[in-house]
Amino acid sequence: MEPKFAKGGKLEKWNPIFESFTTLAFTPAQVTSKGSHIRDGVDLKRTMITVIIAMIPCLLFGIYNTGHWEMVAAAGDRNLDFWSNGGDKFIAGLFVVIPLIAVSYGVGLTIEFIFGMKNGHALHEGFLVSGMLIPLIMPADVPLWMVGVATAFAVIIGKEIFGGTGMNILNVALLSRAFLFFAYPTSMSGDKVWMAGTENTADGFTGSTALGDLATFMSDKPVFENIEMYTNNYSFIDSFMGMIPGSIGETSVIAILIGAAILLFTGIGSFRIMASFVIGGYLMGMLLNLVGGNEFLELPAHFHLVIGGFAFGTVFMATDPVTAAQTGVGKILYGLIGGMLGILIRVLNPAYPEGIMLAILFMNVMAPIIDHYVVQANVKRRLKRLKTV
Amino acid sequence: MSKTIKLRKGLDIRLVGVANKVKTNAKTPKTVSLKPIDFHGMIPRMLVKEGESVRIGSIIFKDKYRESIKFASPVNGKVQAIIRGEKRRILEVVIDVDENQEATAASPINISSMSGEDVKLKMLDAGLWPFVRQRPIDIVADPKNEPKAIFISAFDSSPLAPDLDFVLNGKSEEFQAGLDVLTKLTSGKVHLTLNAKSPANDVFKEAKGVDLNTINGKHPAGNVGTQIHHIDPINKGEFVWTLNAQDVALIGQYFLTGTYASKRTIAVTGSEIKDPQYFEVIQGTNISELLDGMIIGDNVRVISGNVLTGTKIAQDGHLCFYSNQITVIPEGDDLKFVLTEGWLGLGFDKFSNSRLFPTFLTSKKKFTLDTNTNGEERAFVMTGEMEKVFPFDIMPMHIAKAAITDNIDGMENLGIYEVIPEDFALCEYVCTTKINIQDKIRKGLDLINEECM
Repeated sequence: MEPKFAKGGKLEKWNPIFESFTTLAFTPAQVTSKGSHIRDGVDLKRTMITVIIAMIPCLLFGIYNTGHWEMVAAAGDRNLDFWSNGGDKFIAGLFVVIPLIAVSYGVGLTIEFIFGMKNGHALHEGFLVSGMLIPLIMPADVPLWMVGVATAFAVIIGKEIFGGTGMNILNVALLSRAFLFFAYPTSMSGDKVWMAGTENTADGFTGSTALGDLATFMSDKPVFENIEMYTNNYSFIDSFMGMIPGSIGETSVIAILIGAAILLFTGIGSFRIMASFVIGGYLMGMLLNLVGGNEFLELPAHFHLVIGGFAFGTVFMATDPVTAAQTGVGKILYGLIGGMLGILIRVLNPAYPEGIMLAILFMNVMAPIIDHYVVQANVKRRLKRLKTV
Repeated sequence: MSKTIKLRKGLDIRLVGVANKVKTNAKTPKTVSLKPIDFHGMIPRMLVKEGESVRIGSIIFKDKYRESIKFASPVNGKVQAIIRGEKRRILEVVIDVDENQEATAASPINISSMSGEDVKLKMLDAGLWPFVRQRPIDIVADPKNEPKAIFISAFDSSPLAPDLDFVLNGKSEEFQAGLDVLTKLTSGKVHLTLNAKSPANDVFKEAKGVDLNTINGKHPAGNVGTQIHHIDPINKGEFVWTLNAQDVALIGQYFLTGTYASKRTIAVTGSEIKDPQYFEVIQGTNISELLDGMIIGDNVRVISGNVLTGTKIAQDGHLCFYSNQITVIPEGDDLKFVLTEGWLGLGFDKFSNSRLFPTFLTSKKKFTLDTNTNGEERAFVMTGEMEKVFPFDIMPMHIAKAAITDNIDGMENLGIYEVIPEDFALCEYVCTTKINIQDKIRKGLDLINEECM
C-alpha cells in the first residue's frame, strides 16, 4: 500500500494522512543519521498522551457533575443530594459531554489534516491535547455549533497561520473559549449556560455559578447579602471537591490535583509555573482582603484558588510549554504575574466573572517579553565577563 | 590553585557493553587510513600519489589554506587508494601496510632547551599538530594564534567511554613529556581536570607543571568544554586549545623517541560486542580483522567514537583520527508496534531522561539502545528539557534557535564561542523534537568562522 502514497505515487497528496495513521500504529523505522546515534525514548506522541491521561480524572468528574446539575436544573432544586442516582447522572453527563468532545476533535483534526496535506506534513500531535481541553472548559449548555466555530477559529487563526504545533503564541484551547466569550457574549455569560437543560426549569431557578453569584456583589443586586452567606452556600470543601456548577472539567480541584501530580511527576508540566501561579493568585487574594471595601474583595484568599477556572488554568493552561515563558526564571515571573492578574481581573472586572482565561492569554502574549529580559540578563553576564578580562 | 567543581546537571546514559580491563595487542592490519574529513573544514593538499611508498611519520597531505599543518602516515606502506566523494572531495587515503613496521632510527629530542616556537615547528613538521584542537569553532588549532590556556580532561564520561586511567597506566613519562611540550606553547596555564568520583591514576595525579582541578558530576563532566566553562571560560577573541589525554602521551612519546608514535589503546564496546575489551591498535586501523568474530548481531551500526558524538563507519572501515573507542550497537531500522515497543508501550527497555517510562525507577540497570529515533521530527514544543543536561550558563534552546536561523549576533551574544557541537550531544539525545542539534550548532559555527574569525 505504501508505494501508492510515496512520492510520485497516485495518492501522493494524501500521504500526510497515511503517514499520520501509520505512525500512530508503528514507530517508524527511522534511524539517526548524524550527531547522537541513540535517542531518548520520549517523543511528542508519548508526551501528549500523558497530558491526556492527566486530564481523564477531570473529564470523568466533569461528566458526573454535568449530569448532576442537569438533574438539579430539571428538578429546580439546588439541594439535590450529589451522590444519589450516580449511574443516571453519569449517563446524562455522557450525553452532554461526548458530543462536545466529538465536535471539538472532529472540527480541529479536519482542519489540521487539511493544513497537513497543504504543507505536506503528518499530523503534529499538539491538537490531541487542545481537542480534549476545549470541551473541558466549555459550559455544559453551550450550543455545539458554537464549539465548532470556536475550535475552527482557534486552530486556524490561533495556530495554523503561525505555522502549526509549536509555533502558536496563544493557547489554542483558551483562544476558543475567549472567542466564544467575545463573539457570543449574550449566550456565554449570565446564568443560563452552566447547566444542561436550564431553559425548561421552573420559574425562579437560576443556573448560576459560584463566580457568577460573587460577581453580583459588584452590582446593585447581589445574590447574597454578605460574604458569610456566600461561604455558607458554597462551602470551601464543596468547591474543592467540585460539587458546584461550572465549566465541565474545571470544578473539581481534587481531579485537577491528580492531573497535576501526573504532569509534575512525569516532568511534563512545569512546577515553577504551577507553584508561582498559585502563589501569585493567593497573594493577590490576600492583598484584596487587605484593601477590602466590598464583599467580594473580602472573600478569603484560599476560596479564590478553588472556584472558577483557577485550578484548571494553573495546571493545564498556564503550563502549556509552547505559549508559556521558556526560561527558568521567566517561568516563575510568568506564573506569578499570571496568578495575580487572574484574581485581579476576576474581582475587579464587573463585566466578566472569570479572569483566569484572560490573564493567561495576556501572559501568553507577554511571555516572549519576559523571556527576552531573562535572555538579556544572561547576555549581560557574558559581556561583563568580557570587560573584566 | 586547585578547585573542585560540582555539577548538578547532566545525564549518565547507562549502556550494556562496557569494556573489561583487558588489553590485547591487535594484529597488524592490512590497511590503515587517514581521513581528511575527520578534520572539520580542512581541505587537503595531497603530497603523495596512489602507489607511492610512505614511511612512518612521512607527510601524506597538508592543509591547503594553512600549509604549516601537516598530516603524517602512521605506518610503513604504500598508498593504495585516494577515495573521493561528491565534487571530488577527498574522503580517505588508504595505505597498504608493509610487514616491516620499523621506523627510521631517530634520537630523542631534548625539550627543556627548546623555545615555544621550536616546539611548535617540531610538532608541525612531525604531523603531530592535528592533535591540538582549538575552541571556538572546533577545528585543528591555528598555529599562528596564542591560546590563553590549554585544557586536557583526565577522564571521559561519555557512554561506554574508555577508562583513561587504564589506557594510560604506566605511561607517566610520555604523558609528562607531552605536558612539558604543551606548557611551552602557551603563556597561560595548562589545565588538567580529574574526576572527583574515582581516585585518578598516578599518571594524572603526579603530573607537574599543570593546573590540577577536579570536577564532580554526571556526563558531560568529562567533556573538556564543560571544564573550560567552569574554570576559565572563553570570551570573544580568545582561543583555548584542547587535546585528548592519550594524544598528549603520543606527543610526549615522539619527543622521547624521535619517531612518530602511532599506536594507541582503544576500547571496543557496545551491546553487540562479545567480550568488550581494550586493544592496542595503529591509528586509523582497519577494523574488519579487529572485530572479526566479536560482533553478535547481524544488523548493527559500527561507530568510531562514542554513541553521542562518534562517526558511523562501515564494518570494514577505518578508525577515525580522534577516536579512542569503537562502539557497536543494534541498528533500529524496524517498525515498532505501538503497544509493544512504540509510543504507547510500557517501555521497560527504553532509557529516558524524563519519567515517561518506568525505567526511571532503576538506577543501576543497563540498557541496550538502538539507533531508532523513537519518533519523528517536530517543532520545539517542550521546554526545560535541554537545560537539565546542559551544565553551562548558556541557554541551549535559544542558542540552537539562533544557529538554526543563522542569527550571528544572537549566537555571539548567547555564547557560541564557548561551545562546540559535542557539548550539545546530550541535548540532542534528550530532545523530544529529534532535531539534529549538533549539526545545527556545527553549521552555526561554520557561519561564525566565515563571518567573524
